[in-house]
Amino acid sequence: MNSSQLFGITTLCYLLSAVFYVALLVFKKKKVGTIGLGFAIIGVLVQTAAIGLRWLESYQMGIGHAPLTNMYESLVFFAWCTTLFYIFMEFKFKARVVGAFVMPFAVAAMAYASFAKRINQQISPLVPALQSNWLLAHVITCFIGYGAFAVAGGLGLMYLLKKSGIKKGKKQDSFTGSLPELKVIDDLTHKTIIFGFMWLSAGIITGAVWANEAWGTYWSWDPKETWSIITWFIYASTLHARFTRGWSGSRIAWLAIIGFISVFFTYFGVNFLLSGLHSYGAS
Amino acid sequence: MSSRKKNPVWAFFASVRLALFLLFILAATSIFGTVIQQNQPAAQYVKEYGEKTAHLFQVLELTDMYNSWWFLSLLGIFSLNLIVCSLERIPNVIRLVKKDNLTIKTEQLARMKIRKTLALPLPPEQSVRRVTDYLHGRGWKTTKREKDGGILLFAQRGAWTRFGVYIVHLSILVILIGAVIGSPTFARKVLHNEKFAFKGSIMIPESRETNFIYSFANGKKIDLGFTVRCNYFTIEYYANGMPKTYLSKVSVLENGKPVPLKDGSTVHDLKVNKPLTYRGITFYQSSYQPYSDFLTVLVDKKTNQKENRIIGGGTQIKSKILPVSFGIINQEVRGEAVQRIKIWFSDNQADPAIFWVNNGQKAIIKRPSGEYELTVKQLYATGLQVTKDPGVWFVYVGCGMMLFGLFVAFFMSHRKIYAFIREEAGQTTLIFAGSAHKNKVGFEKVFSRLVDEFQQQMA
Repeated sequence: MNSSQLFGITTLCYLLSAVFYVALLVFKKKKVGTIGLGFAIIGVLVQTAAIGLRWLESYQMGIGHAPLTNMYESLVFFAWCTTLFYIFMEFKFKARVVGAFVMPFAVAAMAYASFAKRINQQISPLVPALQSNWLLAHVITCFIGYGAFAVAGGLGLMYLLKKSGIKKGKKQDSFTGSLPELKVIDDLTHKTIIFGFMWLSAGIITGAVWANEAWGTYWSWDPKETWSIITWFIYASTLHARFTRGWSGSRIAWLAIIGFISVFFTYFGVNFLLSGLHSYGAS
Repeated sequence: MSSRKKNPVWAFFASVRLALFLLFILAATSIFGTVIQQNQPAAQYVKEYGEKTAHLFQVLELTDMYNSWWFLSLLGIFSLNLIVCSLERIPNVIRLVKKDNLTIKTEQLARMKIRKTLALPLPPEQSVRRVTDYLHGRGWKTTKREKDGGILLFAQRGAWTRFGVYIVHLSILVILIGAVIGSPTFARKVLHNEKFAFKGSIMIPESRETNFIYSFANGKKIDLGFTVRCNYFTIEYYANGMPKTYLSKVSVLENGKPVPLKDGSTVHDLKVNKPLTYRGITFYQSSYQPYSDFLTVLVDKKTNQKENRIIGGGTQIKSKILPVSFGIINQEVRGEAVQRIKIWFSDNQADPAIFWVNNGQKAIIKRPSGEYELTVKQLYATGLQVTKDPGVWFVYVGCGMMLFGLFVAFFMSHRKIYAFIREEAGQTTLIFAGSAHKNKVGFEKVFSRLVDEFQQQMA
């Protein structure tokens, strides 16, 4: 058994989990949701083992380092953070059907990592710039934030669907009827954004400290840095709009979605469309 | 809303609407600089976008937009907004924190969302003592006042956490102040002292030294006030050919003498992610330059006499201290890096020795006149980025404050507990009531645990 086989099993588990969560949305059978959660948990456990194994494999190759250093590894880690964050949320807030809006993100990340041609799955050694203790702190803080924002984006989408369902006057037994109350979704979105914002800030700060150690500049407005601050501005204004101007509901839901698009671009778009210091994240 | 009475400029800067607008504008305009490559030569923009668009970029300073007058002005207005907004609201928070909570009307307690009424088997005075001791034991220090025919106790925790959001606001200002202090532009144009803060670079060939660097801003020399020598530079590679380490062994010299550095040694291993700071100036490994010359070290094994020389490929030299000559006949190169070197070595006492040796590897040569050790290594220059940033500690302190402030603002709250004890028809009743300005659900749990445990204690 090697790590890539385990990652394959993980992808399968997440896929099944997503399918069952969507089925829960449609059929509203409690059991179906429990199966979805079960697959998500198995998936996360297998993936944890896989990440650990890949770490070990890198040591066996004599180039030991944490598996957080290229696009493949970051996608895998993104899926792991998102799923873990979601499971934690399900236990804490008991809003099971949210999984239908979150697990597809995890599946997409794993599938893209495994099947896209441009993604290199090899374990490669660390170039000098990446040989730093800040690597772990920076990547982990950023990706916990990204995971939370993915969940917030899913919640925003869910809110808008539910709301349009209500507007059309659909009955409770319709597709959107099984979603949690609008108030509950709204509250969860807000809490998730707060959590993500904290970690995004920490991610930007650890990145700045690292950049200063490596290059003597804590901020150089390279596209990745700039997009991270754009994302930060978007969530900062979302929080201010809510705290001081009482925004809630659809407007916050839209901001959660726009915020996640910005996160997506920071993470992904910058690497593929723009050039800059983060080039090692691109393949 | 006291701001309405004040002047309109103040009111303008005190509004959250402005803050939202500025956050949006900052986010939106920042995108330009990520799409348009920054700080390219002017001709590049003309080639890529055409003359007219390139001219427009120039006018709007979009080619160096994060240093443009309008972007810096936006940041300035943002700071002003942050300051005024906070000043406007802080007095209110102080009022809330300092408020005399015992003035609350006792009827109000019965209407608070989080509350519990208990009947106590003790007379009022004793009950007051029990409740006070109990709360104190749980970390709730009470104050007390007689009112409405009973005794009102009050305790609060985390009143200061209401300042959390202002800690975050202040942290942004501290970071921006640090950025200004450390800005080379500020040092040059406002302080007229470019040695106060600068960024620059220097190439130092192995065995050579420098006491100045070249500024990034204008290419002018900046005097360091001490000397830096590059003793040695090397690149290590992984088996797959990827670079593993760029290493410069550097020394700092004052008045020609090497200075002991942090670890006590006079030679520092300068690597990427392992810079060297001396007298507030930090040196970073950033590039290198291979030459076609060679660095040679010749040692007489018997007397340990040592001679360092630089010689070109295809040339020969005569040692100044030993009776030998040597030269480089040929070299094997991969890319720009020399792998092996063919050496000619003679002491005029027999046929000259001719042999291949790996770059940088010691060769032992036995001759009639004695035993010699020769190391020949391709000459490199190390490229160092050099930074003096006296503001960086402000930035770091600001970052720490921000994380602390965010945690306080999001996850901590100002919690209050009231206990009102009164005798009604011969029965002592106790009303517990509480409130929190955030995370009410969490506080409700804390509150009911507190009340439950008190009940158990009384039973």
